[in-house]
Amino acid sequence: MRHILSVLIENEAGALSRVTGLFSARGYNIDSLTVQTTEDPTLSRMTIVTHGSDDVIEQITKQLNKLIEVVKVIDLNEADHIERELMLIKVRATGKDRDEMKRMADIFRGRIIDVTEKTYTVELTGPGDKLDAFIKAIDATSILETVRTGASGIARGERVLKI
Amino acid sequence: MELISGAEILTRCLQEEGVEFVFGYPGGAVLEIYDAIFRQEQFKHVLVRHEQAAVHAADAYSRSSDKIGVALVTSGPGATNALTGIATAYMDSIPMVVISGQVGTSAIGLDAFQEVDMVGCSRPIVKHNFLVKDVRDLAATFKKAFHIAKTGRPGPVVIDVPKDVTINKCAFEYPESLTIRSYNPPTKGHPGQIKKAAQLLAEAKRPYIYVGGGAVQGGAGAQVTELVKLLGVPCTNTLMGLGALDGTDPNFLGMLGMHGTYEANLAMQYCDVLIAVGARFDDRVISVPSQFLSNPKRIVHIDVDPSSIAKRVKVDVPIVGDVKHVLTDLIAALKEGNLRPNPDSLANWWKQINEWRKPNSLLYTPSDELIKPQSVVQKLWEITNGEAIVTSDVGQHQMWAAQYYKFRRPKQWINSGGLGTMGFGLPAAMGAQLANPDAVVACITGEGSIQMNIQELSTCKQYNTPVKVLSLNNRYLGMVRQWQEFFYGTRYSHSYMDALPDFVKIAEAYGHIGFKIENPADVEPVLREAFSPALKDRLVFMDFRTDPSENVFPMVQNGKGLNQMDLPPHMHGLQQVPFENNRDYGNLC
Ligand SMILES: Cc1cc2nc3c(=O)[nH]c(=O)nc-3n(C[C@H](O)[C@H](O)[C@H](O)COP(=O)(O)OP(=O)(O)OC[C@H]3O[C@@H](n4cnc5c(N)ncnc54)[C@H](O)[C@@H]3O)c2cc1C
Ligand SMILES: Cc1ncc(C[n+]2csc(CCOP(=O)(O)OP(=O)(O)O)c2C)c(N)n1
Ligand SMILES: [Mg+2]
Repeated sequence: MRHILSVLIENEAGALSRVTGLFSARGYNIDSLTVQTTEDPTLSRMTIVTHGSDDVIEQITKQLNKLIEVVKVIDLNEADHIERELMLIKVRATGKDRDEMKRMADIFRGRIIDVTEKTYTVELTGPGDKLDAFIKAIDATSILETVRTGASGIARGERVLKI
Repeated sequence: MELISGAEILTRCLQEEGVEFVFGYPGGAVLEIYDAIFRQEQFKHVLVRHEQAAVHAADAYSRSSDKIGVALVTSGPGATNALTGIATAYMDSIPMVVISGQVGTSAIGLDAFQEVDMVGCSRPIVKHNFLVKDVRDLAATFKKAFHIAKTGRPGPVVIDVPKDVTINKCAFEYPESLTIRSYNPPTKGHPGQIKKAAQLLAEAKRPYIYVGGGAVQGGAGAQVTELVKLLGVPCTNTLMGLGALDGTDPNFLGMLGMHGTYEANLAMQYCDVLIAVGARFDDRVISVPSQFLSNPKRIVHIDVDPSSIAKRVKVDVPIVGDVKHVLTDLIAALKEGNLRPNPDSLANWWKQINEWRKPNSLLYTPSDELIKPQSVVQKLWEITNGEAIVTSDVGQHQMWAAQYYKFRRPKQWINSGGLGTMGFGLPAAMGAQLANPDAVVACITGEGSIQMNIQELSTCKQYNTPVKVLSLNNRYLGMVRQWQEFFYGTRYSHSYMDALPDFVKIAEAYGHIGFKIENPADVEPVLREAFSPALKDRLVFMDFRTDPSENVFPMVQNGKGLNQMDLPPHMHGLQQVPFENNRDYGNLC
């Protein structure tokens, strides 16, 4: 099953490579990984999307916790949570496709953030499956380039991940 | 405050940590450090002949004492030579600090001379590592490194120190204490879980205690012994746990696992309540989890590392905590509630176990012509009163050492279990001897393994470590040969050791005493001489020409269950599966 792990980790050189090294050394999957410093500059927050059986996810959580620099790990799937991903997608926008592309961007609440005579660049945020849906919805041959951040996640309600 | 160089700070840190010995080898990147070592007298430096040996020696120094071994190597090849030693310590959870030199900070990443990314190379085989980029961070890093190495689940820590950091100066102050907010290893176990464990033991019909390296490292020998005596239950040790319970204790069933005894393995398979103490259900111990669990049992697992729990086997009562604390509390809970297994069930269980014991699965056929390797270990045990610190290499001789030397106490048996590193034995003996100058130290090795670090005979000479080397020379990479005999139709592909050197001459060339023993009748006299007071201060190398065809039994083949052992010839035809999988055990226990 797909899981979203949120990791609070010391903002130190090499900490990221310990996490990615752990995943490759133990054969765990990383579907996506995002990381940035938090409001406290000594800490980084990581969101790792992975998949595996419950046993594997349990081991991943334990192994992450074992890393000296990891402060806390939570599995967002244990409770309600929100997941968002940002995609920038450059599409061909010529002729009658130009209007169609604008319409699709609107339907998906995307924003067109760059325009040339032949292209649009659309900014789209949402859960990963919404971004997938957009890609599916438009004509595949019109896609010039996509770039996605991978998911960021946060728990709903009052549950927080903090020291 | 006086400003001193990074190299001096480094030596001061080691002094503050009470380090007695640094095992190392110099080179360009660590010359400043070596100069600072030259100018101090508090700790001694031991110059090995290969960096791998420095790390093994530091590792065994830790394994055989309550102190922490330290190794020092130069950048590049020095650092890469150390990696096997680091991985060896990592796999067996041994605390150790390894200092590696590094090229100057401004040269890092430029493919500088003798540059290697040591933090990157060692990352998967350390508990933690550091690259110190600023001399002002040096002291705090050492404090952290020693703390991390020895607390929680112990392990090796690498500190990579660029050359300019050893030259730059700053004031020295060693932190008195430290907190690492992201690192808080558990000590005490959860009281509710401990109660549950006590309750389970009281309900057990066929209880069993399975003790591993965590009890040895965690200094919990006394607690293990007390628990076993209090309950009167059978106990087994893993290869890493040997000595946690006295090997001659009547409740000890011997080692379990791939080369465990018949009774230890069958008890593991058929117990109904299992208490795992600092052991990690390794594949060489329980083989295939599904086979192991095919006879239902309830399991209590005590381990300081949560990731060891439920890694290979799901358990009923996980207890995260330090063995010593948890066992102390468990014993208290048992006493308080006056909880004991039912005496009748326990008596029946012992009756069954004694049946399994009867044929003696460690029996071998003695010979007047060929030296039986097992007999050498047994004689060694007799002659040293079971008191020697024994190190070993890897192979058949290692298993015979584990099976036939009945270790009395923790930290007496030093071997590479997790990584299985040939070449470990001799440098380990050196490290153990330096940590225990008054102890008798014996290294049981094979003619294959000894040649992987034989150059350390030179270090042993220089630092007067009078270890006794017992080479069980079967002219084969015996463990490989055994597998080829069993699984590859006796095609002995590259497992015969041809062109062996004259080991007696080698020993003598290094300034030691060498004996070649070919006749079974000479085994005892030679051992007596080697361990006599007259040779107390000498390294003696004994080249025992042993029976080349001897195999290690019992053996659990890969993929088989613990109740499907290959047994020694005298047990062939024995009813091997005394319990049917789903049989009602009622009448037996
Ligand atoms: C040729 C060969 C044959 C082998 N055959 C066998 C065999 O027949 N039988 C056998 O047993 N092994 C055998 N081994 C060794 C095997 O590979 C493993 O190394 C060994 O079984 C692991 O032992 P262990 O379970 O005690 O764990 P260790 O590796 O010693 O791990 C210790 C466990 O205790 C925990 N721990 C550490 N400190 C503490 C503490 N203070 N408190 C609580 N928990 C703590 C750790 O987290 C870890 O989970 C063989 C090896 C070789 C090379
Ligand atoms: C560094 C290393 N290389 C290879 C092996 C694989 N191996 C395990 S046991 C063994 C044979 C050891 O031979 P020897 O030291 O003569 O011991 P014996 O088995 O004959 O007692 C080998 C090659 C290993 N464990 N370590
Ligand atoms: Mg051999």
